Amino acid sequence: MTINLEHYLILSVILFCFGIYGIITRKNAVMVLMGLELVLNSANINFVAFSRFGGLNIEGHVAAIFVIILAAAEAAVALAIILNIYQNYKHINVDEISNLKE
Amino acid sequence: MFTILGVGPLTWITFLPIVSMIILLLIPSGRDEKSKMVSHILFRWLTVLTTFLQLLLALAIYFNFDFGLTGINQQSTMQFVERVRWIEIQNLPLLGNLKIDYFVGIDGLSAPMVLLTAIVCFAASFASFGIEKGVKGYFAMYLLLDTGMMGVFVALDFFLFYVFWEVMLLPMYFLIGIWGGPRKEYAAIKFFLYTLLGSVFMLLVMIALYFAVGTFNMFDMMDPSKYDPSSILAGADTFWRYVAFAALFIGFAIKVPSVPFHTWLPDAHVEAPTPISVILAGVLLKMGTYGMLRISWPMFPDAVRYFQDYIAFVGMVSIVYGALCALGQHKVGKRDFKKLIAYSSVSHMGYVVLGMAAMNPEGMIGAIFQMFNHGIITSMLFMIVGVIYDRAHTRGLDDFGGLANKMPVYTGIMAIAFFGAIGLPGLSSFISEFLVFVGAFKTYPVLTIISGSGIILGAGYMLWTLQKVFFGKLPERWAGPWDPTGKKYKHDDLMPVEYAALVPLAIIIIYLGIYPIPITDLMNTSINHLIDFVKTTGSFAAHL
Amino acid sequence: MTHDTLLILSTIILLLPLLGFTIIIFWGKRIGATWSGIIETSILGIALILSIIVCYSKLFTFASEELIQIKFTWFDFGTGGIKVGIGLDNLAAIMLIVVTLISFLVHFFSTEYMKGDKRYSRYFAYLGIFTFSMLGIVLANNFLFMYVFWELVGLSSYLLIGFWYEKDSAANASKKAFITNRIGDLGFFIGIMMIFFTYNTLMFDEVFEAIGNGIFPFDSTAFLTATGILVFCGAIGKSAQFPLHVWLPDAMEGPTPVSALIHAATMVAAGVYLTARIFPMLTAGAFIFVAFIGAITAFIAATIAITQFDFKRILAYSTVSQLGYMIMAIGVGAYTVGFMHLVTHAWFKACLFLASGSVIHAMHHALHHLHDHHTDPQDIRNMGGLRKKMPITYITFLIATIAIAGVPFTSGFLSKDGILAATLAFAHLSGGGIYWLIPLFAFSAAGMTAFYMFRLTIEAFHGKPKIKAAAHTKENNFQIVAPLVVLAILSFWIFYSINPFDISSGWLYQKLPAPTTVVPAESQWNHLLPINDKILETQHNSHSYANLFEEEMHHQHGSAMILSILIAGGGILLAFAIYQFKLANPDNLAKQFGKLYKLSFNKWYFDEIYQKTFIGGTVLLSKLMAIFDNYVIDGLVNLSSLITRGISYFIGHFDNIVIDGLVNLSANITGFLGLMLRKLQTGKVQTYVIFVIIGIILLFYWLW
Repeated sequence: MTINLEHYLILSVILFCFGIYGIITRKNAVMVLMGLELVLNSANINFVAFSRFGGLNIEGHVAAIFVIILAAAEAAVALAIILNIYQNYKHINVDEISNLKE
Repeated sequence: MFTILGVGPLTWITFLPIVSMIILLLIPSGRDEKSKMVSHILFRWLTVLTTFLQLLLALAIYFNFDFGLTGINQQSTMQFVERVRWIEIQNLPLLGNLKIDYFVGIDGLSAPMVLLTAIVCFAASFASFGIEKGVKGYFAMYLLLDTGMMGVFVALDFFLFYVFWEVMLLPMYFLIGIWGGPRKEYAAIKFFLYTLLGSVFMLLVMIALYFAVGTFNMFDMMDPSKYDPSSILAGADTFWRYVAFAALFIGFAIKVPSVPFHTWLPDAHVEAPTPISVILAGVLLKMGTYGMLRISWPMFPDAVRYFQDYIAFVGMVSIVYGALCALGQHKVGKRDFKKLIAYSSVSHMGYVVLGMAAMNPEGMIGAIFQMFNHGIITSMLFMIVGVIYDRAHTRGLDDFGGLANKMPVYTGIMAIAFFGAIGLPGLSSFISEFLVFVGAFKTYPVLTIISGSGIILGAGYMLWTLQKVFFGKLPERWAGPWDPTGKKYKHDDLMPVEYAALVPLAIIIIYLGIYPIPITDLMNTSINHLIDFVKTTGSFAAHL
Repeated sequence: MTHDTLLILSTIILLLPLLGFTIIIFWGKRIGATWSGIIETSILGIALILSIIVCYSKLFTFASEELIQIKFTWFDFGTGGIKVGIGLDNLAAIMLIVVTLISFLVHFFSTEYMKGDKRYSRYFAYLGIFTFSMLGIVLANNFLFMYVFWELVGLSSYLLIGFWYEKDSAANASKKAFITNRIGDLGFFIGIMMIFFTYNTLMFDEVFEAIGNGIFPFDSTAFLTATGILVFCGAIGKSAQFPLHVWLPDAMEGPTPVSALIHAATMVAAGVYLTARIFPMLTAGAFIFVAFIGAITAFIAATIAITQFDFKRILAYSTVSQLGYMIMAIGVGAYTVGFMHLVTHAWFKACLFLASGSVIHAMHHALHHLHDHHTDPQDIRNMGGLRKKMPITYITFLIATIAIAGVPFTSGFLSKDGILAATLAFAHLSGGGIYWLIPLFAFSAAGMTAFYMFRLTIEAFHGKPKIKAAAHTKENNFQIVAPLVVLAILSFWIFYSINPFDISSGWLYQKLPAPTTVVPAESQWNHLLPINDKILETQHNSHSYANLFEEEMHHQHGSAMILSILIAGGGILLAFAIYQFKLANPDNLAKQFGKLYKLSFNKWYFDEIYQKTFIGGTVLLSKLMAIFDNYVIDGLVNLSSLITRGISYFIGHFDNIVIDGLVNLSANITGFLGLMLRKLQTGKVQTYVIFVIIGIILLFYWLW
């Protein structure tokens, strides 16, 4: 069986759905963050796949690397925010952090 | 022209305070007592340093100034000129191509004012040491005010002039409204609205002139050939030119202030903190008369000639009326030291208006010299009031007496300022008043003789005050030292900071009283040219 | 000596007292009180020696009419400048000696008199600035410098009258003096403006030359008269002439040596000096004005002096009266004798004042000794019998009294006799009528002067001590007595003229020829015009007179002399009869002349009248103006703000209800919608993510 574009896309869809599921359902902010990472990685897979099979060539790789870096930066910022939230609320339950509403 | 770091001295002298203001705003105020104290010291000395540098720059400008160049309406003979396109908008539906320049330069008319501003701001920065509340905000406003004032005196683009005029207004409002006395809000609002009313007149005329000439360049506005023949301000001796001149005159007269537009001044002076009173009397009032000479006179020479008699009359009324009101302060209501000096300012600025209306070299040079001298002398007077107010926390003339024994040096310096205000020979104001009177007499003998009564009335109220406050017996309540803890006032007489503010001004008064040439020569060429220009331009039916 | 040397020396004389002032003001504390006095006094000594040198060489090596002067530009205004300078003529040279000598003696006197005063060194500084300004007046060769120093002597007089400013009366008197002087100075100033307006210069010689060339203010000799009178107004103020004489008696609040220097001998004589300076430009009208002012002053002041009791006030009114004499003399055209009376009066009046200082000093110490702090040491009703206690003071005072009364063999006789002759001559030449009032006033004032001066002498020095303190007085020491002796000696005739009955033969008279008038003939007295040869021939005169007036003066000399001796003698005898031999009781006399006595005692009610009219009027006007300003002008400003606020109130309501109602309606609608939609806003990120995904799905669906 040759592995072609569809397989990659299916894998990325599965990862994406897991990620979204994690974001929506988890109450723990760290878990939400992990879901976000999954979403980003699913996008990475797409990029790499398209660079291999679509006409994207090296740009796909570059984009993927950008996303990885972005993800790392984002994780750092997000974790810092979570730490701050923890210090202020003494928990990291995202359901109860609804100050945005007001 | 010399430059510093590639930038001309006028830009430096104008914007140096802004630079300092930004630095000052970056310095934190500190939270605890100790760091607060340190930061306050820093703010004060930064301001002193700024104004000192400004003074040095002013002196450098003075010594590099070419006394032989005329200026006034000749762009080529202005000095230290800097010109950069500031705002340019093409093809506006109504205004056409809007071009506004950053255009600064000085001539013999503005040079004395630049010098005066630098001197007064430097002296007043010492007087600001007594400010205890909101020190950071105060000094930031102070520096902004400084820029505004300096800008007014160097601007050669009407739009720029107007911008600086308004820039100076705002900090003044806050300085009176926040750091003032018990009725500060009333005084601040009154000052602001009244001055704004003047600005509105000025704005209207400025726009009318723009439509007539097509630029905001003052020199174009002074040249009758640049006027669009179809505009309402074209030609000479037309109704609209008279209206425009009258509006502009009222706008400036509010600032001078001439009777009957003067009532904001006593209130503003009474409520303003000492250094602000100093700046108000020392520099701000001069803007009115400076504006007249820089803008009204050369731009509307025909209207000046038409209104000359009325202007002289306004000057005469201001002199006599202001002096009578100052004298009347002794009899009516609270006898407030500052109110007295405020009314004396109305009277003394009347001399300036009278001299300007005379339209001859003696009167005109006397008028500008009087502006300079009044700036220095009144600054001193207000600082002198500030000195006892800081100690006794009252300015009531009836609360004092016999201070001459308690504070001999203070009394000596005070006497110089008081006799300067009276116009005693040997002090600078004598020469300016003499010139104003001699000049005014040539044109208006009767008005001048009536104005002469101002001399006697002036001696009356000044000597009355002198006697009330400094002679006689010291009231019981001031028998002890000013400050029993000895922390703030180690002895009864002047403190070093007060010396620093007062002594240089006293020296200037005496020096110029004996040797006035450094200032009179500064303006001779320009003023004579201005008179010729006003007398000969714009009208063919010369009715002079 | 060359011109330049003389000018340099004059400048040095002028600046020396200023140097003293500067030293004492800035370093007075460091060098100490005693040394301040010594420095200032010795500086004046140097100035005196230099003045004598300058005066001698000017008088005897240069022509009498020659004016040595220097001019320079003080400040200019492009199209021309204002020139000033100093000049030295015979008038100035003699005046230099008068000022420096009296100033020196007063300094010397003060080192003792002011001893122990807490502002001792300050006092000498003020004397220094006064002497400087007075010398400035003397040396000025232009109206501007004259005015400048004029004001400066006013300042120093202000400072010195108010020297003991803790006393309200002193502070008030100094203020009164300054402001009264300012009123006169305003006239002076207007005169200066008129002159500058017309001639574009303020130099005396240039102005006179222009007048001689027929240039007048507003092209009219009437205005030339007005100009002369206006300038003379300055003299009315400074020389305490009617109607501005009221300040001088009050000025006696100052220390007595100051009264001697400033308010008797020098500053008040500046008015006379000024009138002498402008002598050439005075027209007939101006002369009349000057003469009447002087005559009225001489008369009124003499009547007041008769009834006063304060030692110094009597002398003050006598000064006013004598100044009136000098002014009158110049007014009738007697330039030389008028000025000579200034000189002789300076010596004997300074002597009288310093002697009064000596008496007051002694009385003060005696009272102090008796622990009496309420009795007035200046009231002559508290004195008496001081002759034995203070012999030198008495003798010098007596000599000066004789001189001022005009007894032969004194300097006063010489100059006074000249003035009286001049008034007679004037009345003759001017055609009589109302002009006879001038000699009438002059002679009656002369009689009264003799009377009140001897009244003072007898009351204070003769008889028995009236209170205990007067018996405890004793003669003062050398520093106080020596100046008295010097000044008393100078009151003899010999220094001015060998012949004690004829001043015109004296050297001083010869050295001070009256300047020729420059006023055109039609507006000048005929007798003041320079004489031409034709008239000389017809009159067959052996003497050569400058004009008819001098000749007539010579003719009137004899009758004036006899009259004046009779009148002065009468006054003296009357004083002796009433006060020494008690032939009549003064109190009864006072009752007999009730109204006249009261008029005189209350100084003709001048102060009261001025208080009610001018001062009261000004105060009322200023009060009204202040109220007007507060309520009307400021009221209008506030009213406009009130109206604006009223309008804005209504507009505000309209705005609130109608305009804002519409706005609020739209806002309410929006708000309602928002209320609906806010349900979606949970604040939970997850919910938003769900919305996003639903949105994306819908988007995809819609796109396909």
